[in-house]
Amino acid sequence: MTKRKALDQLMTILLWSATGLIVFLLLAIITYIFVNGYQVLSWSFLTESPRDNMTRGGISTPLIGTLQLVLVSMFFALPVGIATGLYLAEYSKRGRFTSLLRLAIRSLAGVPSVVFGLFGLSLFVILLRFGSSLLSAGLTLGCLALPLIVTASEQAFLAVPQDYRDASYALGASKWQTIWKVVLPSASSTIITGGILSIGRVAGETAPIIFTGAAYFTPSVATSLFDEVMALPYHIMVLATEGTNITLTRPIQYGTVLVLLAFVLGISAIGVIMRARLRQSGR
Amino acid sequence: MKKLIAGAALVAVLAVSGAALAAELVIKGSTTVLPIAQSAAEKYMTAHPEVAITVSGGGSGNGIKAIIDGTTDIADSSRFIKDTEVKAAVENGAYPVPFAVAMDALIPVVHTSNPVQDLSIEQLKKIYMGKIKNWKEVGGPNKPIAVVSRDTSSGTYETWEEKILHKERVDKRALVVASNGAMVQTVAKNENAIGYIGLGYMNDSVKPIKVEGIEGNKANALNGTYPVSRYLYMFTRGWPTGEPLNFINFVLSDDGQKIVGEAGFVPLR
Amino acid sequence: MKKERTPAIIIMSISSVGIFVMLFILLFLIKEGLPVLKETTLSSIVAGTDWYPTETPPALGMLPLIAGSVAVTLLSSLIALPISLFIAIFISEIASQKMKNILKPILELLGFLPSIILGFLGMVVIAPWLQSRFAILSGLNLLNASILLGFLIIPIVGSLAEEALSAVPREIRNASFALGATRWETISKVVFPAALPGILSACLLGIMRGMGETMVVLMAAGGAALIPISLFDPVRPLTSTIAAEMGETPVGSTHYHALFFAGLILLLITLGINLLSSWIESKRKVKSS
Repeated sequence: MTKRKALDQLMTILLWSATGLIVFLLLAIITYIFVNGYQVLSWSFLTESPRDNMTRGGISTPLIGTLQLVLVSMFFALPVGIATGLYLAEYSKRGRFTSLLRLAIRSLAGVPSVVFGLFGLSLFVILLRFGSSLLSAGLTLGCLALPLIVTASEQAFLAVPQDYRDASYALGASKWQTIWKVVLPSASSTIITGGILSIGRVAGETAPIIFTGAAYFTPSVATSLFDEVMALPYHIMVLATEGTNITLTRPIQYGTVLVLLAFVLGISAIGVIMRARLRQSGR
Repeated sequence: MKKLIAGAALVAVLAVSGAALAAELVIKGSTTVLPIAQSAAEKYMTAHPEVAITVSGGGSGNGIKAIIDGTTDIADSSRFIKDTEVKAAVENGAYPVPFAVAMDALIPVVHTSNPVQDLSIEQLKKIYMGKIKNWKEVGGPNKPIAVVSRDTSSGTYETWEEKILHKERVDKRALVVASNGAMVQTVAKNENAIGYIGLGYMNDSVKPIKVEGIEGNKANALNGTYPVSRYLYMFTRGWPTGEPLNFINFVLSDDGQKIVGEAGFVPLR
Repeated sequence: MKKERTPAIIIMSISSVGIFVMLFILLFLIKEGLPVLKETTLSSIVAGTDWYPTETPPALGMLPLIAGSVAVTLLSSLIALPISLFIAIFISEIASQKMKNILKPILELLGFLPSIILGFLGMVVIAPWLQSRFAILSGLNLLNASILLGFLIIPIVGSLAEEALSAVPREIRNASFALGATRWETISKVVFPAALPGILSACLLGIMRGMGETMVVLMAAGGAALIPISLFDPVRPLTSTIAAEMGETPVGSTHYHALFFAGLILLLITLGINLLSSWIESKRKVKSS
C-alpha cells in the first residue's frame, strides 16, 4: 500500500516540478530580455533609423518594415484563408476536392519555414520576377500564415449556431445572403482573433524572408512593393551574427529583441484574451 | 468592408508611388567591405539626398552572385571573381568589372590570454587542417586549439584558403561564423580559439599573431612584405554609368579613401 | 438559380489557392532540386560524408547534414517530450480550474516565442555558460540547440496532449478511483492509454517542428558539417545549411540545386511525419465514434 502511495506522491511532485520549471523558465526568459534591453528603449529608439553602421540610432526602419510585411502577408492570407475556411464549413460535402483541400492545408501547416523561403525564392523572386522585395517576402509569409487563418476561420464558422442560419432561411434569404449577412458577421470576432494570432507568428519569422526580401540596411522605409525591407527578426540576426561591430551593438540587439518580443507577445496576448472572452460569452 | 477597401487602396498607392521618386543603388556582398560600403553610403547620401542606397552583407559569394543574377548594382567582394563566376556572369549577360577600393591584411587572432606571438604559414595551415590540435605544439599552453573559420560564402575565407591553406580543406570540426564581427566576438570569448579577420576589424578584445615574423599592419600590407594581404573590390555589372559610377568614383576619391582609412583598412594611396 | 451558384464557385476557386500553394512548393523543390542528380549520384549525396559545396567540383555529401538534423531532433525530443507530457498530465489531471486558466495561456504564450529570440539567447547566454561550465571548445553545439528546440516543442506537444487527455471521459477516471487506484495509477494505466492516439499524434507534430526549425540551429548549433558523436559537437542540420548558404550560390549552379534537394529531403521527411500524425488521429476518431 505504501509503495503505491509513494509512487503516486513521487509522480505528483515530478508533475508539479515539470510545470513549475517551464513557467519559471518562461518568466526568466522574459525578465532577462527585459532587464538587458530596457536601457536602450526610448521613444527615439523606436522612431529613429539605424546610424553609424548600426551602432547608434534606433530601429524605426526594421519596425516599420515588419509592419509592412505583416500588411502584405495578411492582404493575401486573410481573403484566401477566410474563403477557404468558409468553403470547408459551409459549402463542402464529402468529396475529392474537399479531402484534397484539407490535406493541402494540413500539409502546409507542417512545412518548415526555410522551405517556404525556397518556395518564395523560386516562385516570387525568380519566376515571377518580383525580385527580392517586400512583395515577395510578404507573399511568402502569407503562404505561411494561410493554414493558420483557414483553421481559425473554419472553426469560427462552425461555431455559428445553426439556428441563426435557419432563421435566415426561414425569412427567405439565399445561401449566399445568409452567409454574407448572418454567418460572417457572427463569426467575425473569432476570425479577427485568428488573424491577430497569425500576425504574431508572421512578425517573428526570419527564415522565409532571408532570401526573399530582407536587407541588411535600407536608407529609408520601403516606399514601393518592390523595395527591399528591413525587419525586426532579420535585424536581430544580422546584428548578432553578421554585424560589423557585434560587441558595440549588443545593447541594441537586446533592445530589438525586447521590442520584437513585446510586439509578438503583446499581439498574441490580445488574441488569446479576445478568444477567452468570446468563449465565455458563448460564441 | 470599408476598411478593407481603404487598405487595398493604400497598398496600391504604395505599390505605384515608389516608381520614380529616388535614384536607387543596391550594394551587396562581403562583410569585410561592408563597413566601408556602409559608411561611404551614409556620407554619399548626406551629400546627395536624392539617392537611396541599400546595403547588404551575406558574403563576397553573395555579392558576386547578385551581379550575375542582376539583383545588385555593386558587389562588395574581399576576393577576386572566380573563373566559374565570370563564365556564369557572361552567360547571364553581365560583364563584371572590378574596382580595387582598398587593401586589406588578414590577421590571425587569438584570445588575449594566449602567449603565442608568431606562427608560420605551415603551422597555420596544419592548425586549420586539424593536424596540429594542441597549443603546446606551437609554443603555447597545453590546451586544445579551437579553430574558428568563416563560412564558404566569405571572401575572407577564400583569401585565407588561398594564402594559408593552399587549397587544403579546413578541418570539419572548425567552428563556422558568419562575419568578421562574429569572428572577433567568438575569439575574444574563447581562450582556446584561433581565427582570422580583416585588418579593419582589429581591436583590443583579441590579440594579433605575426605571420612568419611579420606583423600585419598597413605599412607591411602596402609594401608587400606581409604574406596575407589582398585587395578589396567593388564589382559592377558592366562598365558603370550613372549612380554606380558616381558612387565608385566617390569611394576612390580622397574623401572615399579617408573613409577606408577610418574603417581601419589600407587606403590605396 | 444561377445566381446562387456563382458565389459558391468563386469561393471554391479561391479555396483552391491553398492546394496550388502546396503543390507548387513540392513542384518547385523537385524542379530545382532534381538537377543536382545530373552532377552526382543519389547515393553519394545521401551517404557522402564531405560537404564542401564551393569546391570545384563540389563535394555534396549530405550525410552530416541529415545526421545533424536527426541528432538535434532526437535530442530535443528526448528532452522535451517527457516534460511536455508531464505538463499536459498536470494541467489535465491535477490542476484546479483556476490553475488551468492560468497555465494554459502561459503554455500558449511560450508557443509564441519567436525562434529567432531563442536562437539569440542560445548564442549570448547558453553558449558562454556551457563553454565555461564544461570547459569545452565552444558552447554552440548540439546540446545548446536541442535545449532551445525543446522550448519550441513543449508548447505544441503540451497543449495537444492536454487536449487529448481532457477528452477522455470523466466516467473512466471515476471507475478507476472507485476500484481503489491512486491518482498516478489512474493516469498511467487508464487515462494515458485511452488518450494514446492523440498523444502520439501530438508527439509526432512536436518532432516535426524540431526537424523543420531553422533559426535556432542557425544561431546556436555551431555550423560544422560533421556527424555528431558527443553532445558538445557542433552540428549543421539541413535547415541551417540552406539558410546559411542560399544567399551565396548563383542561381542555377550545382550548389543551388543541391540546396533545393536538401530542402526536398526536409520537406518529404516533415510531410511524412505530418501525414503519419494525421493518420493516427483519424484512427482515434474512428475508435471513439
